[in-house]
Amino acid sequence: MMNKSPAVSVHGLRVVRGGREVLHDLSFDVPRGSVVGLLGPSGCGKTTLLRALVGVQIVAGGTVIVLGEPAGSPALRRRVGYATQKPAVYADLSVRENLRYFAAVLRAPRSDADRVTDEVGLGDARDQLASTLSGGQLSRANLAVALLGAPELLVLDEPTVGLDPVLRRELWDLFHDLAGRGTTLVVSSHVMDEAGRTDRLLLMREGTILADGGPAALRERTGAPDLEAAFLRLIEQAAGSPA
Amino acid sequence: MNPAITLATTRRILSQLRHDHRTLGMLVGVPSLLMILLRYVFDRPERFDALGPLLLGLFPFVVMFVVASVGTLRERTGGTLERLMTMPAGRLDLLLGYALAFGLVALVQVGVVLAISLTWLGLDLAGSVASLVLVAVLDALLGMALGLFASAFARTEFQAVQFMPAFVLPQVLLCGLIMPRDQMASWLEAVSTVLPLTYAVEAMQEVARRPQVTGTLVTDMAIIAGCTLLALLLGAATLRRRTP
Repeated sequence: MMNKSPAVSVHGLRVVRGGREVLHDLSFDVPRGSVVGLLGPSGCGKTTLLRALVGVQIVAGGTVIVLGEPAGSPALRRRVGYATQKPAVYADLSVRENLRYFAAVLRAPRSDADRVTDEVGLGDARDQLASTLSGGQLSRANLAVALLGAPELLVLDEPTVGLDPVLRRELWDLFHDLAGRGTTLVVSSHVMDEAGRTDRLLLMREGTILADGGPAALRERTGAPDLEAAFLRLIEQAAGSPA
Repeated sequence: MNPAITLATTRRILSQLRHDHRTLGMLVGVPSLLMILLRYVFDRPERFDALGPLLLGLFPFVVMFVVASVGTLRERTGGTLERLMTMPAGRLDLLLGYALAFGLVALVQVGVVLAISLTWLGLDLAGSVASLVLVAVLDALLGMALGLFASAFARTEFQAVQFMPAFVLPQVLLCGLIMPRDQMASWLEAVSTVLPLTYAVEAMQEVARRPQVTGTLVTDMAIIAGCTLLALLLGAATLRRRTP
Protein backbone atom coordinates (compact mmCIF):
# COMPACT_ATOMS: atom_id res chain seq x y z
CA MET A 1 0.00 0.00 0.00
CA MET A 2 1.86 3.07 -1.18
CA ASN A 3 0.21 6.38 -0.72
CA LYS A 4 2.04 9.20 -2.45
CA SER A 5 0.09 12.08 -0.96
CA PRO A 6 2.02 13.75 1.87
CA ALA A 7 1.33 12.70 5.47
CA VAL A 8 1.15 16.33 6.52
CA SER A 9 0.45 19.32 4.35
CA VAL A 10 0.56 22.75 5.94
CA HIS A 11 -0.34 25.84 3.98
CA GLY A 12 -0.24 29.46 5.15
CA LEU A 13 -0.58 28.50 8.82
CA ARG A 14 -0.87 31.43 11.21
CA VAL A 15 -1.35 31.17 14.97
CA VAL A 16 -2.00 34.02 17.39
CA ARG A 17 -1.39 33.50 21.10
CA GLY A 18 -1.86 36.14 23.75
CA GLY A 19 -2.54 38.80 21.10
CA ARG A 20 0.76 38.15 19.32
CA GLU A 21 1.27 36.21 16.11
CA VAL A 22 3.62 33.33 16.98
CA LEU A 23 3.49 31.37 13.71
CA HIS A 24 3.78 33.46 10.56
CA ASP A 25 2.39 31.97 7.35
CA LEU A 26 4.06 28.54 7.54
CA SER A 27 3.89 26.16 4.58
CA PHE A 28 5.53 22.75 4.23
CA ASP A 29 4.83 19.10 3.42
CA VAL A 30 5.92 15.96 5.23
CA PRO A 31 6.27 12.87 3.01
CA ARG A 32 4.96 9.54 4.30
CA GLY A 33 7.28 7.10 6.01
CA SER A 34 9.96 9.65 6.92
CA VAL A 35 11.45 11.00 10.12
CA VAL A 36 11.22 14.78 10.05
CA GLY A 37 13.04 16.81 12.67
CA LEU A 38 11.62 20.11 13.81
CA LEU A 39 14.55 22.05 15.17
CA GLY A 40 14.92 25.46 16.66
CA PRO A 41 15.60 27.29 19.89
CA SER A 42 13.20 27.20 22.80
CA GLY A 43 10.29 29.57 22.21
CA CYS A 44 10.46 29.53 18.39
CA GLY A 45 6.99 27.97 18.04
CA LYS A 46 7.78 24.25 17.73
CA THR A 47 5.22 23.15 20.30
CA THR A 48 2.55 25.44 18.87
CA LEU A 49 3.16 23.99 15.41
CA LEU A 50 2.95 20.41 16.71
CA ARG A 51 -0.26 21.26 18.57
CA ALA A 52 -1.69 22.56 15.30
CA LEU A 53 -0.79 19.25 13.61
CA VAL A 54 -2.76 17.23 16.18
CA GLY A 55 -5.62 19.75 16.10
CA VAL A 56 -5.66 21.04 19.68
CA GLN A 57 -4.41 24.50 18.78
CA ILE A 58 -6.80 27.27 17.79
CA VAL A 59 -5.41 28.64 14.53
CA ALA A 60 -5.88 32.10 13.06
CA GLY A 61 -5.53 31.09 9.42
CA GLY A 62 -4.26 28.63 6.85
CA THR A 63 -4.90 24.93 6.37
CA VAL A 64 -3.39 21.88 8.04
CA ILE A 65 -4.17 18.58 6.28
CA VAL A 66 -3.07 15.42 8.07
CA LEU A 67 -3.36 12.01 6.37
CA GLY A 68 -5.84 13.53 3.94
CA GLU A 69 -8.14 15.02 6.60
CA PRO A 70 -8.25 18.43 8.28
CA ALA A 71 -6.12 18.29 11.46
CA GLY A 72 -8.07 17.27 14.54
CA SER A 73 -11.00 15.69 12.70
CA PRO A 74 -12.56 12.73 14.54
CA ALA A 75 -11.38 10.22 11.91
CA LEU A 76 -7.78 11.08 12.79
CA ARG A 77 -7.98 10.48 16.53
CA ARG A 78 -6.81 6.88 16.28
CA ARG A 79 -4.39 7.46 13.40
CA VAL A 80 -2.24 10.16 15.01
CA GLY A 81 -0.16 9.61 18.16
CA TYR A 82 0.94 12.65 20.16
CA ALA A 83 3.39 12.99 23.01
CA THR A 84 3.66 16.36 24.70
CA GLN A 85 6.96 17.63 26.03
CA LYS A 86 5.71 17.65 29.60
CA PRO A 87 4.74 14.04 30.32
CA ALA A 88 0.96 13.64 30.35
CA VAL A 89 0.37 10.45 32.31
CA TYR A 90 -1.39 9.79 35.61
CA ALA A 91 1.20 10.07 38.38
CA ASP A 92 -0.87 7.94 40.74
CA LEU A 93 -1.14 4.97 38.37
CA SER A 94 1.47 2.39 37.42
CA VAL A 95 3.00 2.41 33.94
CA ARG A 96 0.90 -0.62 33.01
CA GLU A 97 -2.34 0.91 34.35
CA ASN A 98 -1.68 4.11 32.44
CA LEU A 99 -1.06 2.25 29.20
CA ARG A 100 -4.05 -0.07 29.65
CA TYR A 101 -6.32 2.91 30.18
CA PHE A 102 -5.14 4.83 27.13
CA ALA A 103 -5.22 1.59 25.07
CA ALA A 104 -8.86 1.13 26.09
CA VAL A 105 -9.70 4.71 25.05
CA LEU A 106 -8.03 4.10 21.67
CA ARG A 107 -9.69 0.69 21.40
CA ALA A 108 -6.22 -0.75 20.78
CA PRO A 109 -5.62 -4.40 21.66
CA ARG A 110 -4.81 -5.02 25.35
CA SER A 111 -1.49 -6.60 24.38
CA ASP A 112 -0.41 -3.21 22.99
CA ALA A 113 0.39 -2.01 26.52
CA ASP A 114 3.13 -4.61 26.88
CA ARG A 115 4.39 -4.14 23.33
CA VAL A 116 4.98 -0.39 23.67
CA THR A 117 6.49 -0.82 27.16
CA ASP A 118 9.12 -3.06 25.63
CA GLU A 119 9.63 -0.75 22.64
CA VAL A 120 10.62 2.14 24.89
CA GLY A 121 12.62 -0.14 27.20
CA LEU A 122 10.48 0.32 30.32
CA GLY A 123 9.91 -3.40 30.97
CA ASP A 124 11.56 -3.26 34.40
CA ALA A 125 9.39 -0.36 35.56
CA ARG A 126 6.07 -1.78 34.33
CA ASP A 127 4.47 -1.98 37.77
CA GLN A 128 6.00 1.17 39.19
CA LEU A 129 3.79 4.17 39.90
CA ALA A 130 4.47 6.97 37.43
CA SER A 131 5.19 9.34 40.34
CA THR A 132 8.20 7.19 41.31
CA LEU A 133 9.78 7.13 37.82
CA SER A 134 12.88 9.13 36.97
CA GLY A 135 12.55 12.00 34.51
CA GLY A 136 13.87 9.90 31.65
CA GLN A 137 11.60 6.97 32.48
CA LEU A 138 8.63 9.29 32.71
CA SER A 139 9.29 10.77 29.29
CA ARG A 140 9.59 7.25 27.86
CA ALA A 141 6.26 6.29 29.48
CA ASN A 142 4.82 9.39 27.85
CA LEU A 143 6.24 8.30 24.49
CA ALA A 144 4.87 4.78 24.99
CA VAL A 145 1.31 6.16 25.21
CA ALA A 146 1.77 7.81 21.81
CA LEU A 147 2.83 4.48 20.28
CA LEU A 148 -0.37 2.70 21.39
CA GLY A 149 -2.56 1.49 18.53
CA ALA A 150 0.30 1.82 16.01
CA PRO A 151 -0.69 5.25 14.65
CA GLU A 152 0.25 6.24 11.08
CA LEU A 153 1.60 9.61 12.17
CA LEU A 154 3.58 10.23 15.35
CA VAL A 155 3.95 13.78 16.61
CA LEU A 156 6.60 13.84 19.32
CA ASP A 157 7.54 16.99 21.22
CA GLU A 158 11.14 16.73 22.47
CA PRO A 159 10.93 12.99 23.25
CA THR A 160 14.62 12.59 24.03
CA VAL A 161 15.12 15.46 26.49
CA GLY A 162 17.09 14.42 29.55
CA LEU A 163 17.93 10.93 28.30
CA ASP A 164 21.41 9.47 28.39
CA PRO A 165 23.17 9.12 25.02
CA VAL A 166 22.67 5.35 24.80
CA LEU A 167 18.92 5.61 25.34
CA ARG A 168 18.75 8.50 22.91
CA ARG A 169 20.38 6.40 20.22
CA GLU A 170 18.01 3.52 20.99
CA LEU A 171 15.00 5.78 20.61
CA TRP A 172 16.24 7.21 17.33
CA ASP A 173 16.76 3.62 16.12
CA LEU A 174 13.17 2.91 17.14
CA PHE A 175 11.96 5.99 15.21
CA HIS A 176 13.74 4.82 12.04
CA ASP A 177 12.45 1.33 12.58
CA LEU A 178 8.89 2.70 12.75
CA ALA A 179 9.48 4.83 9.65
CA GLY A 180 10.74 1.73 7.85
CA ARG A 181 7.36 0.14 8.55
CA GLY A 182 5.58 3.13 6.98
CA THR A 183 4.97 5.37 10.01
CA THR A 184 5.59 9.08 9.56
CA LEU A 185 7.28 10.87 12.46
CA VAL A 186 7.54 14.56 13.24
CA VAL A 187 10.01 14.93 16.10
CA SER A 188 10.95 18.24 17.69
CA SER A 189 14.23 18.93 19.42
CA HIS A 190 16.34 21.88 20.42
CA VAL A 191 19.55 19.85 20.35
CA MET A 192 21.38 20.27 17.08
CA ASP A 193 23.28 16.98 17.25
CA GLU A 194 19.97 15.17 16.93
CA ALA A 195 19.31 16.89 13.61
CA GLY A 196 21.74 14.63 11.80
CA ARG A 197 19.61 11.60 12.65
CA THR A 198 16.58 12.82 10.71
CA ASP A 199 15.65 12.25 7.07
CA ARG A 200 14.56 15.80 6.75
CA LEU A 201 14.89 18.98 8.79
CA LEU A 202 12.65 21.92 9.37
CA LEU A 203 14.68 24.67 10.99
CA MET A 204 12.52 27.13 12.84
CA ARG A 205 13.26 30.50 14.32
CA GLU A 206 10.83 33.11 15.69
CA GLY A 207 7.75 31.54 14.18
CA THR A 208 9.07 31.06 10.65
CA ILE A 209 10.75 28.19 8.85
CA LEU A 210 14.33 29.14 8.00
CA ALA A 211 15.17 26.04 6.03
CA ASP A 212 13.58 22.81 4.91
CA GLY A 213 15.69 19.96 3.55
CA GLY A 214 17.92 16.96 4.24
CA PRO A 215 20.74 17.44 6.77
CA ALA A 216 23.46 16.80 4.18
CA ALA A 217 21.90 19.19 1.68
CA LEU A 218 21.69 21.92 4.33
CA ARG A 219 25.36 21.58 5.20
CA GLU A 220 26.22 21.67 1.52
CA ARG A 221 24.03 24.66 0.75
CA THR A 222 25.50 26.76 3.54
CA GLY A 223 29.01 25.40 3.21
CA ALA A 224 29.11 24.94 6.99
CA PRO A 225 31.05 22.11 8.67
CA ASP A 226 28.16 21.07 10.97
CA LEU A 227 24.47 21.76 11.39
CA GLU A 228 24.97 24.19 14.27
CA ALA A 229 27.09 26.36 12.00
CA ALA A 230 24.67 25.87 9.13
CA PHE A 231 21.86 27.13 11.33
CA LEU A 232 23.87 30.22 12.26
CA ARG A 233 24.65 30.97 8.64
CA LEU A 234 21.00 30.66 7.69
CA ILE A 235 20.08 33.16 10.43
CA GLU A 236 22.72 35.59 9.15
CA GLN A 237 21.49 35.21 5.58
CA ALA A 238 17.88 35.79 6.66
CA ALA A 239 18.93 38.92 8.56
CA GLY A 240 20.97 40.18 5.63
CA SER A 241 18.29 39.78 3.01
CA PRO A 242 15.39 42.25 2.81
CA ALA A 243 12.53 40.35 4.50
CA MET B 1 -20.83 8.08 23.29
CA ASN B 2 -18.92 4.89 23.94
CA PRO B 3 -19.68 2.71 27.00
CA ALA B 4 -16.27 0.99 26.79
CA ILE B 5 -14.47 4.32 27.22
CA THR B 6 -16.84 5.32 30.03
CA LEU B 7 -16.16 2.09 31.91
CA ALA B 8 -12.41 2.29 31.29
CA THR B 9 -12.48 5.82 32.73
CA THR B 10 -14.42 4.65 35.78
CA ARG B 11 -11.94 1.84 36.34
CA ARG B 12 -9.02 4.23 35.92
CA ILE B 13 -10.38 6.70 38.51
CA LEU B 14 -11.07 3.89 40.98
CA SER B 15 -7.50 2.58 40.48
CA GLN B 16 -6.16 6.06 41.18
CA LEU B 17 -8.14 6.15 44.42
CA ARG B 18 -7.03 2.64 45.32
CA HIS B 19 -3.41 3.75 45.19
CA ASP B 20 -4.22 6.73 47.40
CA HIS B 21 -5.00 5.12 50.77
CA ARG B 22 -5.09 8.36 52.66
CA THR B 23 -7.76 9.94 50.46
CA LEU B 24 -9.77 6.74 50.55
CA GLY B 25 -9.54 6.65 54.34
CA MET B 26 -10.63 10.26 54.64
CA LEU B 27 -13.52 9.81 52.21
CA VAL B 28 -15.05 7.26 54.57
CA GLY B 29 -13.50 8.20 57.91
CA VAL B 30 -14.20 11.95 58.04
CA PRO B 31 -17.99 11.79 57.58
CA SER B 32 -18.17 8.89 60.06
CA LEU B 33 -16.25 10.87 62.65
CA LEU B 34 -18.40 13.97 62.11
CA MET B 35 -21.55 11.91 62.52
CA ILE B 36 -20.28 10.46 65.81
CA LEU B 37 -19.38 13.96 67.01
CA LEU B 38 -22.80 15.26 66.05
CA ARG B 39 -24.53 12.49 67.99
CA TYR B 40 -22.67 13.27 71.20
CA VAL B 41 -22.72 17.05 70.79
CA PHE B 42 -26.53 16.96 70.80
CA ASP B 43 -26.77 14.08 73.22
CA ARG B 44 -30.53 14.08 72.62
CA PRO B 45 -31.69 11.23 70.40
CA GLU B 46 -34.66 13.15 68.94
CA ARG B 47 -32.45 16.06 67.80
CA PHE B 48 -30.02 13.62 66.25
CA ASP B 49 -32.89 11.82 64.47
CA ALA B 50 -33.94 15.13 62.90
CA LEU B 51 -30.50 16.42 61.92
CA GLY B 52 -28.51 13.24 61.25
CA PRO B 53 -30.13 12.45 57.89
CA LEU B 54 -29.60 16.04 56.71
CA LEU B 55 -25.88 15.70 57.29
CA LEU B 56 -25.91 12.30 55.60
CA GLY B 57 -27.02 14.25 52.54
CA LEU B 58 -24.56 17.06 53.03
CA PHE B 59 -21.30 15.12 53.57
CA PRO B 60 -21.16 13.33 50.23
CA PHE B 61 -22.13 16.57 48.49
CA VAL B 62 -19.26 18.54 50.03
CA VAL B 63 -16.65 15.78 49.78
CA MET B 64 -17.43 14.95 46.15
CA PHE B 65 -17.35 18.62 45.23
CA VAL B 66 -13.80 18.94 46.51
CA VAL B 67 -12.54 15.62 45.13
CA ALA B 68 -14.08 16.18 41.70
CA SER B 69 -12.94 19.78 41.32
CA VAL B 70 -9.35 19.05 42.30
CA GLY B 71 -9.31 15.80 40.29
CA THR B 72 -10.50 17.46 37.09
CA LEU B 73 -8.21 20.40 37.58
CA ARG B 74 -5.29 17.96 37.75
CA GLU B 75 -6.45 16.45 34.44
CA ARG B 76 -6.55 19.90 32.91
CA THR B 77 -3.20 21.14 34.19
CA GLY B 78 -1.39 17.78 33.97
CA GLY B 79 -1.98 17.49 30.22
CA THR B 80 -3.90 14.21 30.43
CA LEU B 81 -7.11 15.95 29.42
CA GLU B 82 -5.44 17.36 26.30
CA ARG B 83 -4.06 13.91 25.55
CA LEU B 84 -7.54 12.38 25.86
CA MET B 85 -8.89 15.13 23.60
CA THR B 86 -6.52 13.98 20.83
CA MET B 87 -7.94 10.47 21.25
CA PRO B 88 -11.41 9.15 20.41
CA ALA B 89 -12.71 9.92 23.94
CA GLY B 90 -15.94 11.89 23.88
CA ARG B 91 -16.51 14.54 26.52
CA LEU B 92 -19.59 12.73 27.81
CA ASP B 93 -17.64 9.45 28.00
CA LEU B 94 -15.24 11.12 30.39
CA LEU B 95 -17.90 12.88 32.45
CA LEU B 96 -20.04 9.77 32.78
CA GLY B 97 -16.93 7.80 33.71
CA TYR B 98 -16.33 10.30 36.48
CA ALA B 99 -19.97 10.21 37.57
CA LEU B 100 -20.00 6.42 37.76
CA ALA B 101 -16.74 6.22 39.71
CA PHE B 102 -17.71 8.89 42.21
CA GLY B 103 -21.25 7.50 42.46
CA LEU B 104 -19.78 4.15 43.54
CA VAL B 105 -17.47 5.83 46.04
CA ALA B 106 -20.45 7.78 47.41
CA LEU B 107 -22.37 4.54 47.80
CA VAL B 108 -19.58 3.08 49.96
CA GLN B 109 -19.24 6.32 51.92
CA VAL B 110 -22.95 6.61 52.65
CA GLY B 111 -23.18 2.88 53.37
CA VAL B 112 -20.52 3.02 56.08
CA VAL B 113 -21.79 6.25 57.69
CA LEU B 114 -25.34 4.98 57.61
CA ALA B 115 -24.39 1.63 59.13
CA ILE B 116 -22.61 3.39 62.00
CA SER B 117 -25.54 5.78 62.47
CA LEU B 118 -28.23 3.11 62.52
CA THR B 119 -26.42 0.72 64.85
CA TRP B 120 -23.96 2.41 67.21
CA LEU B 121 -25.48 5.90 67.18
CA GLY B 122 -29.07 4.64 67.32
CA LEU B 123 -30.45 6.82 64.51
CA ASP B 124 -34.21 6.39 64.23
CA LEU B 125 -35.34 6.91 60.66
CA ALA B 126 -39.03 7.34 59.81
CA GLY B 127 -38.55 6.74 56.06
CA SER B 128 -36.88 3.84 54.29
CA VAL B 129 -33.14 3.26 54.21
CA ALA B 130 -33.33 2.80 50.45
CA SER B 131 -34.72 6.27 49.80
CA LEU B 132 -32.12 7.79 52.12
CA VAL B 133 -29.31 6.06 50.25
CA LEU B 134 -30.78 7.13 46.92
CA VAL B 135 -31.03 10.78 47.99
CA ALA B 136 -27.50 10.70 49.44
CA VAL B 137 -26.03 9.29 46.21
CA LEU B 138 -27.93 11.90 44.18
CA ASP B 139 -26.46 14.58 46.46
CA ALA B 140 -22.98 13.14 45.93
CA LEU B 141 -23.46 13.23 42.15
CA LEU B 142 -24.73 16.81 42.37
CA GLY B 143 -21.59 17.77 44.33
CA MET B 144 -19.42 15.99 41.77
CA ALA B 145 -21.10 17.69 38.82
CA LEU B 146 -20.80 21.14 40.40
CA GLY B 147 -17.17 20.40 41.24
CA LEU B 148 -16.40 19.43 37.65
CA PHE B 149 -18.01 22.62 36.44
CA ALA B 150 -16.27 24.80 39.05
CA SER B 151 -12.87 23.37 38.13
CA ALA B 152 -13.11 25.10 34.76
CA PHE B 153 -12.80 28.45 36.56
CA ALA B 154 -9.77 27.52 38.64
CA ARG B 155 -6.23 27.88 37.36
CA THR B 156 -4.53 26.29 40.37
CA GLU B 157 -5.39 23.79 43.08
CA PHE B 158 -5.32 26.68 45.59
CA GLN B 159 -8.18 28.30 43.74
CA ALA B 160 -10.05 25.02 43.27
CA VAL B 161 -10.06 24.30 46.99
CA GLN B 162 -11.39 27.79 47.70
CA PHE B 163 -14.32 27.24 45.40
CA MET B 164 -15.63 24.83 48.02
CA PRO B 165 -16.58 27.54 50.54
CA ALA B 166 -17.62 29.83 47.68
CA PHE B 167 -20.00 27.35 46.03
CA VAL B 168 -21.01 25.34 49.07
CA LEU B 169 -21.21 27.50 52.20
CA PRO B 170 -23.80 29.99 50.89
CA GLN B 171 -25.96 27.03 49.94
CA VAL B 172 -25.52 25.51 53.40
CA LEU B 173 -26.53 28.80 55.04
CA LEU B 174 -29.63 29.17 52.88
CA CYS B 175 -30.82 25.59 52.51
CA GLY B 176 -32.90 25.52 55.68
CA LEU B 177 -30.45 23.58 57.79
CA ILE B 178 -29.54 26.49 60.06
CA MET B 179 -32.71 28.55 59.82
CA PRO B 180 -36.05 27.33 58.42
CA ARG B 181 -36.47 28.92 54.99
CA ASP B 182 -39.91 30.40 55.73
CA GLN B 183 -38.37 32.40 58.58
CA MET B 184 -35.77 34.05 56.35
CA ALA B 185 -36.15 37.45 54.69
CA SER B 186 -38.21 36.98 51.55
CA TRP B 187 -35.35 37.80 49.17
CA LEU B 188 -33.15 35.20 50.87
CA GLU B 189 -35.91 32.66 50.63
CA ALA B 190 -36.20 33.47 46.93
CA VAL B 191 -32.48 32.92 46.46
CA SER B 192 -32.68 29.61 48.30
CA THR B 193 -35.34 28.30 45.93
CA VAL B 194 -32.89 28.39 43.02
CA LEU B 195 -30.05 26.69 44.92
CA PRO B 196 -29.95 22.91 44.44
CA LEU B 197 -28.79 22.07 47.98
CA THR B 198 -32.14 23.38 49.29
CA TYR B 199 -33.86 20.44 47.63
CA ALA B 200 -31.23 17.98 48.83
CA VAL B 201 -31.90 19.01 52.43
CA GLU B 202 -35.66 19.08 51.95
CA ALA B 203 -35.56 15.55 50.51
CA MET B 204 -33.59 14.34 53.52
CA GLN B 205 -36.09 16.00 55.85
CA GLU B 206 -38.88 14.09 54.14
CA VAL B 207 -36.98 10.81 54.58
CA ALA B 208 -36.29 11.61 58.24
CA ARG B 209 -39.90 12.48 59.10
CA ARG B 210 -42.25 10.45 56.94
CA PRO B 211 -42.48 6.70 56.45
CA GLN B 212 -43.96 6.88 52.94
CA VAL B 213 -42.45 8.20 49.74
CA THR B 214 -44.09 11.61 49.48
CA GLY B 215 -44.71 13.73 46.40
CA THR B 216 -42.34 16.35 47.80
CA LEU B 217 -39.59 13.74 48.05
CA VAL B 218 -40.06 12.64 44.44
CA THR B 219 -40.11 16.24 43.21
CA ASP B 220 -36.97 17.03 45.21
CA MET B 221 -35.13 14.03 43.77
CA ALA B 222 -36.14 15.03 40.26
CA ILE B 223 -34.86 18.57 40.85
CA ILE B 224 -31.53 17.28 42.22
CA ALA B 225 -31.12 14.93 39.25
CA GLY B 226 -32.01 17.76 36.85
CA CYS B 227 -29.48 20.13 38.41
CA THR B 228 -26.83 17.40 38.25
CA LEU B 229 -27.50 16.85 34.57
CA LEU B 230 -27.42 20.58 33.87
CA ALA B 231 -24.10 20.98 35.73
CA LEU B 232 -22.64 18.02 33.82
CA LEU B 233 -23.67 19.52 30.49
CA LEU B 234 -22.20 22.89 31.50
CA GLY B 235 -19.08 21.01 32.61
CA ALA B 236 -18.91 19.23 29.24
CA ALA B 237 -19.02 22.61 27.51
CA THR B 238 -15.89 23.65 29.41
CA LEU B 239 -13.86 20.67 28.15
CA ARG B 240 -12.41 22.01 24.94
CA ARG B 241 -10.60 20.10 22.25
CA ARG B 242 -8.94 23.20 20.86
CA THR B 243 -7.34 25.73 23.18
CA PRO B 244 -5.49 29.00 22.49
